[in-house]
Amino acid sequence: MQNFEYIAPESAIAAAQALSPKPGLTAVLAGGTDLLSLMKERVETPTRVVSLRNVAGLRGVSKQGGGLRIGAMATVQDLLDSKAAAGYASLLQAARGITAPQVRAMGTVAGDLLQRPRCWYYRNGYGLLAMHDGKALVPSGENRYHAILGNKGPAYFVSASSLAPALISLGAQVTVAGPEGERSMAVSDLFQIPSSASERENTLEPNEIVTEITVPSASGWKTGTYEVRQRQLLDWPLVTASVALRMRGNRVSDARVVLGHVAPIPWRSSEAETALNGQAANESSGEAAGKAAVAAATPLSQNEAKVHLATIAVKRAVAMAG
Amino acid sequence: MATKYDWPAADDRSLIGKRHNRVDGPAKARGAAKYSYDRNLDGMLYGKLVTSTVPHGRIVGIDTSRAEKAPGYKGHVNILNVGDEVQWAGTEILAICADTEEHVRDVAAAVTVLYESMPHWVKDEDVEKAGEANRVKPAKDDTKGPDLEEAWKSADATVEGYYGLAVITHCCLEPHGQVVDWTGDDITVYASTQAVARIPGDLANGLSRDEKIGTVAADSIHVITPYMGGGFGSKFNIDTWGIACAKLSKMTGKPVKLMLDRDEELMVAGGRPSDFGNIKVGAKKDGTLVAYESETWSTGGIAGRGSPPVPYVYNNEERLAQKARHLNVSTNIGPARAWRAPNHPQAAVLTMCPMEDLAAKLDMNPVDFFKKNADLTARPEVYRYEIDKCAEMIGWADKWHKRGDSGSGPVKRGLGMSLHTWGGRPHDSTCEVRIQPDGGVSVNTASQDLGVGTYTTLSVVAAETLGLQIPDIKVNIGSSKLPISGASGGSTTVGGTSASTRRATVNALDELKAVVAEALETEADDLVAKDGKVFSKSDSSKSLTWAEACRKLGNRTITGQGKQPDRNGGKLNDSGVGGVQMADVSVDVETGVVSINKIAAVQDVGLVICLEQCESQVYGSLIQGVAWALYEESIYDQTTGKMLNPDMEFYKLPGAGDIGELEVHMVQNKYDDRGVIGIGEPPAISPGAAISNAVANAIGVRVPTLPLTPDKVLAALANA
Repeated sequence: MQNFEYIAPESAIAAAQALSPKPGLTAVLAGGTDLLSLMKERVETPTRVVSLRNVAGLRGVSKQGGGLRIGAMATVQDLLDSKAAAGYASLLQAARGITAPQVRAMGTVAGDLLQRPRCWYYRNGYGLLAMHDGKALVPSGENRYHAILGNKGPAYFVSASSLAPALISLGAQVTVAGPEGERSMAVSDLFQIPSSASERENTLEPNEIVTEITVPSASGWKTGTYEVRQRQLLDWPLVTASVALRMRGNRVSDARVVLGHVAPIPWRSSEAETALNGQAANESSGEAAGKAAVAAATPLSQNEAKVHLATIAVKRAVAMAG
Repeated sequence: MATKYDWPAADDRSLIGKRHNRVDGPAKARGAAKYSYDRNLDGMLYGKLVTSTVPHGRIVGIDTSRAEKAPGYKGHVNILNVGDEVQWAGTEILAICADTEEHVRDVAAAVTVLYESMPHWVKDEDVEKAGEANRVKPAKDDTKGPDLEEAWKSADATVEGYYGLAVITHCCLEPHGQVVDWTGDDITVYASTQAVARIPGDLANGLSRDEKIGTVAADSIHVITPYMGGGFGSKFNIDTWGIACAKLSKMTGKPVKLMLDRDEELMVAGGRPSDFGNIKVGAKKDGTLVAYESETWSTGGIAGRGSPPVPYVYNNEERLAQKARHLNVSTNIGPARAWRAPNHPQAAVLTMCPMEDLAAKLDMNPVDFFKKNADLTARPEVYRYEIDKCAEMIGWADKWHKRGDSGSGPVKRGLGMSLHTWGGRPHDSTCEVRIQPDGGVSVNTASQDLGVGTYTTLSVVAAETLGLQIPDIKVNIGSSKLPISGASGGSTTVGGTSASTRRATVNALDELKAVVAEALETEADDLVAKDGKVFSKSDSSKSLTWAEACRKLGNRTITGQGKQPDRNGGKLNDSGVGGVQMADVSVDVETGVVSINKIAAVQDVGLVICLEQCESQVYGSLIQGVAWALYEESIYDQTTGKMLNPDMEFYKLPGAGDIGELEVHMVQNKYDDRGVIGIGEPPAISPGAAISNAVANAIGVRVPTLPLTPDKVLAALANA
């Protein structure tokens, strides 16, 4: 691990001011479940690590207005243990999918959103875009776990977040603090598909930190998350789908469908949402929505199966919600 | 011919064959048991390897100048030099040491090695492409048994299919490595090894090849390994890192710890060869197997490996026409090492899977089909018994259905089976048993406990022989200064060490009886050691407690010697066993995810010494089997030549929730007269084939290759 300076400021503004506006020089430490291994592997080599542990007001999961506030330092286990989160079925289902108690106990909800991709080329030091001698490694390489949507290049990795699909489908907002103050945006706007090596998979400035996530009331919404995972032991989902359905009578009046692990960003599927609107929420409408979600999929050489898995995940998430 | 060394008759056994808790269990549970990785000596330095970043190339430069100036640097030794060729990414190039674990990582990262790149190849399954890359060589072309053409003509049904399994690693929980403390002329090595007695010679040879070191005597080296965390066939030698670690210790005058990191462990310290191939099998209408033909290929790294012994188990050369061709694919991946029953797990997949496919085509229940052909095996009676027993344990009669679960819903259930065999002959072993005047008894032999239960089995043998209890025996193993015993590989340990211990204990007891006979005024032959006493068979009034008997020794300690083999030492062991396993799985046909409901295993090992340790070996095998059947695979990238998953994240192993229910039955009281036979390998062979067969039974189609990942299951369903 490269040597670094460690500081633990007491306010969000101070933390942001301690971060460099240039990418890669400084890093934010919350639970550390991802950052520490990246640093040990020298994938990340910050010269300063800014811990959020002493920043006031970042902890806790609580009711706020009619909705939910999740502090940036709240762990996944805090979320699961919180009475305030009880009405958010899809979010809790996604959190339970992180099956390692150690990761749930240390890892934060905000950290889940901001963890770096698990792409094995990236983790082995070939960069976020997995380049070698000027050529992209993924399209002709080992891409069984890579993207089937939003994969026109140069990015082929999949967003690693377990909770983002559920949060986006629930209309969650995220508050971000920079050196000059705070701003708010939809969780979906936190993510981007990098178009060059100078971009990351998130839209934060290098000197911004997440301070809280707010989720509107889920009252009147039926929600569900289905993850296709190979193991009971901690395992990255092959595909995730989170749905939130507002019903009018027995019919869906407003559907939100977000897939995980299929694209470099959590993938909101307007096609699937259109397919669900006006329908009953059941396996058959879910299957139609699942098919619509992947109609435009462009699988790589080894990940054709993920197209089918995405269909199934949407179908089952709809069935769970319905 | 009966001898005094023979195992006690069934009625006379008070400990042998029964369940006993692992004697080293509490120490391991408390953390008191010190593994090599746990050794932290005063002033100890930390070593680390610098390994090749290219899969094939010639070293043109090694620059350590930045490392030497880095904080904490203490020294380095080259393993390879400029001009040497590296044949896989991860090849050991040099070992470096520093004052702390953190510093040594930085110091190692500061070394620069330059290569002249050479062409590489890391792919094995596509044999045509490997051939185009000039990586394929014929390794075997054997024809045996009746005329093959005639046999095919006589077959009423044939099946031709493609089967295989990927390269996996050993993934030892405690990685390879050691702590070496070279002080003056004495070298102490805390090695994670399967071969305590072999390491001194191995290390002495390795060191003596270095002119700067000069001749090192094997007897100046003391290897200490009381506990070790898994080897599975990959830890027989001192390896480059062990020799380099010793040199660093000499160079710095400090103890040095060099244990491999997880990525190194997965890249260079373990590898089980793959196998892929086209198999054709044929049988008559009544199920009689008549012919087996295979064309297989595999890789074990650059140097290749043997070939799978196919057809497996069902291989009678007089009745079964058989032809086996094998090709070796040379790849720039980490070299193969012996992996629990080398070549047998592969052979089981390449035989038992096509056989179940043939049974399905014949519309036969596999239980009937495998039993029907039992005469083609070396032990028909054993297998027939075991198949019936295993079928009873898994509920075969109630649960089995024809290919394809016809039930509604996406989750399909199925059963599958496989048979296996292994030798398990005893290795050579010498043992000294001591009886002290204070009543203490110790068993002393330079064996090792890989986690398999050696401490417990030797305690059982000595206690049974002396009429004592397990806690009365102190077992000293894991030190090369003890009487020499063999390496633990190939299921040879329990047969070898139980025999040398039994003989040594009987000999020690004879000496004690001679002393006691004098004290009790009777003949030594009239004395029996049982229930903690030494007493006269003919006169029950003549009896001493064990402590009283030993006190008669005055200040003399008895030493009894025993060895294996021993022509006059009775028949205490044998080789050659059979086992049967059956799996019950569920497959979600929409997601392709396979889960294990239950695996049942029946195993013959001759005489069981400790039932619990024996069963534990089988449980471990089944868990390991679930791993390679469903999850494990070394994944290499052709462009970079690198292993992409040298970690525990994508080199997937099962957790407790993934292994299902495991039920084990050891065959006892049937073949006890054969004596003790090893258990390490046999149960590790069948799980993959049995699970693959269960998946085929559940979903109605064969998933050709292991691991049985969701994408492969879905592809097999789509192709059906």
